[in-house]
Amino acid sequence: MLKTRLRTFVIAAALFALALWSFAPPAEAAPKKGGILKFVVGSKIPSYDGHIESTFGMIHPIRPFYSLLIRVNPDNPSSPTDFICDVCEGGVPKPTEGHTKYTFKIRKDISFHNGQKLTSADVKATYDKIISPPKGIESNRKAFFSMVKSVSAPDPATLVFKLKYPTGAFVPALALPYNFIYSKADLDKHGYRWHQKNVNGTGAFTFVQHQPGAFVEGKRYEKYHHEGKPYLDGYRAISAPKMAIRLQAIRGDRAAIEFRGFPPKARDDLKNALGDKLTVQESDWNCNLMVTPNHKRKPFDDARVRRALTLAIDRWGGSKYLSRIAIVKTVGGVVFPKHPLAATKEELNKIAGYWPDINKSRAEAKRLLKEAGYPSGFEFTLHNRGVDQPYKVVGTWVIDQWRKIGLKAKQWVQPSGPFYATLRKKKNFDVSIDFNCQSVINPLVDVSKFISDDRAGNQYGQYQDRQLDKWFDEMNREPDVKKQREIMRKYEKRALDEMAHQFVTLWWYKINPHRSYVKGWKIAPSHYLNQHLDNVWLDK
Amino acid sequence: MYKYTLKRILLMFPTLLGAAVLVFFMLRLIPGDVCELRMAGSGMYVDKEAIATCQQNLGINAPIYVQFIDFITGFFTFDLGNSMWTGQPILHEIGLRFELSLQVAIMATLTAILISIPLGTISAIKQDTWIDYVVRSISIAGIAMPSFWLGILIILGLLIMTQKFFGDPWMPPIHYTPIWEDPVANISQLIWPAVATGYRYSAVATRMTRSALLEVLREDYVRTARAKGLLEKLIINRHALKNSLLPVVTVIGLEFAFLMGGLVVTELVFNLNGLGKLLVESVSNHDYTMTQALVMLVAVVFIFTNLFIDILYAWLDPRIRYS
Repeated sequence: MLKTRLRTFVIAAALFALALWSFAPPAEAAPKKGGILKFVVGSKIPSYDGHIESTFGMIHPIRPFYSLLIRVNPDNPSSPTDFICDVCEGGVPKPTEGHTKYTFKIRKDISFHNGQKLTSADVKATYDKIISPPKGIESNRKAFFSMVKSVSAPDPATLVFKLKYPTGAFVPALALPYNFIYSKADLDKHGYRWHQKNVNGTGAFTFVQHQPGAFVEGKRYEKYHHEGKPYLDGYRAISAPKMAIRLQAIRGDRAAIEFRGFPPKARDDLKNALGDKLTVQESDWNCNLMVTPNHKRKPFDDARVRRALTLAIDRWGGSKYLSRIAIVKTVGGVVFPKHPLAATKEELNKIAGYWPDINKSRAEAKRLLKEAGYPSGFEFTLHNRGVDQPYKVVGTWVIDQWRKIGLKAKQWVQPSGPFYATLRKKKNFDVSIDFNCQSVINPLVDVSKFISDDRAGNQYGQYQDRQLDKWFDEMNREPDVKKQREIMRKYEKRALDEMAHQFVTLWWYKINPHRSYVKGWKIAPSHYLNQHLDNVWLDK
Repeated sequence: MYKYTLKRILLMFPTLLGAAVLVFFMLRLIPGDVCELRMAGSGMYVDKEAIATCQQNLGINAPIYVQFIDFITGFFTFDLGNSMWTGQPILHEIGLRFELSLQVAIMATLTAILISIPLGTISAIKQDTWIDYVVRSISIAGIAMPSFWLGILIILGLLIMTQKFFGDPWMPPIHYTPIWEDPVANISQLIWPAVATGYRYSAVATRMTRSALLEVLREDYVRTARAKGLLEKLIINRHALKNSLLPVVTVIGLEFAFLMGGLVVTELVFNLNGLGKLLVESVSNHDYTMTQALVMLVAVVFIFTNLFIDILYAWLDPRIRYS
């Protein structure tokens, strides 16, 4: 009897173990070393200097040569708040002295590709170049560090940032993928322009060659400071400005991946052609398309007219249908939708243009137009950029949305150069499509797009709103996240609804189809992030 | 002959100066500049001071006449300066692409000659027969079909057919390998654009060969040759074809010059890092120095090709030489 029970128990236990094993997720395969990653890049490299440039055409091929002080966690890049040390030691330090002092310990085992040891003096020299460059030297992101009072390197392994005021915008700013760490010796010896044409970093790969307009090649840096990495022998970043070529390159295996993103139709075509040989990663994208009325032109100087424009747009419906053909999807306010400072759906529903009932919204838009003296609508021009995805698609869509409240808009499309000249110099537009696209999610800085044009370098609506400026400053000097969030809600309500200075249409949606043998790379909410390639390996 | 050649060479200078004036001022009519595009084109925060510094460093704010004098002086002293976009020397940037563009131009020209002269000749000899109609249809299709569109069809066709027959889709390489490094990789990349452009090019030359040969075949000396009882093959090859090639040489020469920098869309379709692609990129980047240099290079190629054709004409036709 006992024997039978024991046998039954053993069989049951074995079956249970088998069931557990079969339902358990498969263990992640161990990374393999070797191979050359080929990827395509749809933009061009101006110079190699990350402190000046802003295009992903420079980030994708050049970023793997450099390290940062801290970076977005490559194992969790979708988190907007997870940062880890790169050349520093341990975790990202907690601030002291009333949130105004950050002391970083710099690793002692890091060497530049030319063999020179990295110390805190190199990191200090780098940040000095970014924050306070000498006269005649461009630095495109010094405003991100306007809170910094001083940078010092008391010893070779210590770096101290002192801030003028406590702010939550500082740590994300440090993780910007453009903050390449340069050697102080290079800066002293060759000058501040040397890095525009030369490379000497501490990144996972060393520079091999660059054929302008064709490709950039890097090979594994054997003394890389993250142990066991990189896995690849090297990489080749191939320039391919035409989207069709980038797509066919993945299909024909001339390239394994493109890091920026493809529209949904391209993803579906590739999936149909390649089946299991293709893996698709998707993510919300820290870019949005905006509508910017020109406040210096009638009738867009009237808040009622601007409110009518935003009320006419069915964002919830657009998200559903437009996302099938364009790289836009997520409905959101001024803050990246996955960030703790972003509005919830309930909060969004209270903002004009985000109401759940589009008929009610459009009725209100018509009422406002009538009140403003335009009961039968009016005609105007929508200025747009000559790029299909997503500019022209979204431009065409919003024109149709405005038609539903009796507004007749014509689209005026210009190539990028004249488009920016119109926005920044000529300013002779009625309403324009504009976009806000950032790398590291740093809402406290990213929302600067909405402050007065005499303070923001990229606000093209030509308005001044001192109330928004005041709240912007308050948020940036407020260490408490809960209070930041409260101010952000007021800021958002005023910018998008009450004044409707300019407004967000939809946030972009990033789709990265790649060959399934590319492993280790995780999609981030920005095409500028997670591009160091030290964790990528090829399962071939 | 020497006087004729000298006259042609001296005429080059006012032509070049005219091209320089046109390209310099037309470029500056396009709104925007390279610094705005580099620093504000990504939708991020823009630092106005950084843009101003960049404009200052690149000399964009300098008076227009100063910029023009710099450009003309540089051009006539062979110092083209640096690209405003990459900061690299322009001669270096052009040198990298020149080899590829030259090879595609030569391959397309060879393709065109190999197709057009035999087909044009057969078409003329077999005038108004079904052979003539087939050749004319092929050449009209070649003229009607843009070479970039044919290029797209070739790439898609290769991807689809190779996947169907071999399991894995194949497409031509997307970056250039010089022919002396790896001839197979080089030819497998460049043969397709050469065919795509060579086909259109051959269509023009085929029609020209046909019409020129038909005209010559009606000449008295051809009738005399026939009356003397010469073999038809001999009449065509020795007497008619050589004389009918004068206009064909002109077409081939001009098309060759066009291919050096004019293959803008085809280079983009095949991802060829040639002069055409560089020209498009430099215009869209507002890279004044590079665009000016490229336009002047194309002008020089055209002028020298024309000079070469004129001298060849004079050599082939004594009437021009002695006129």
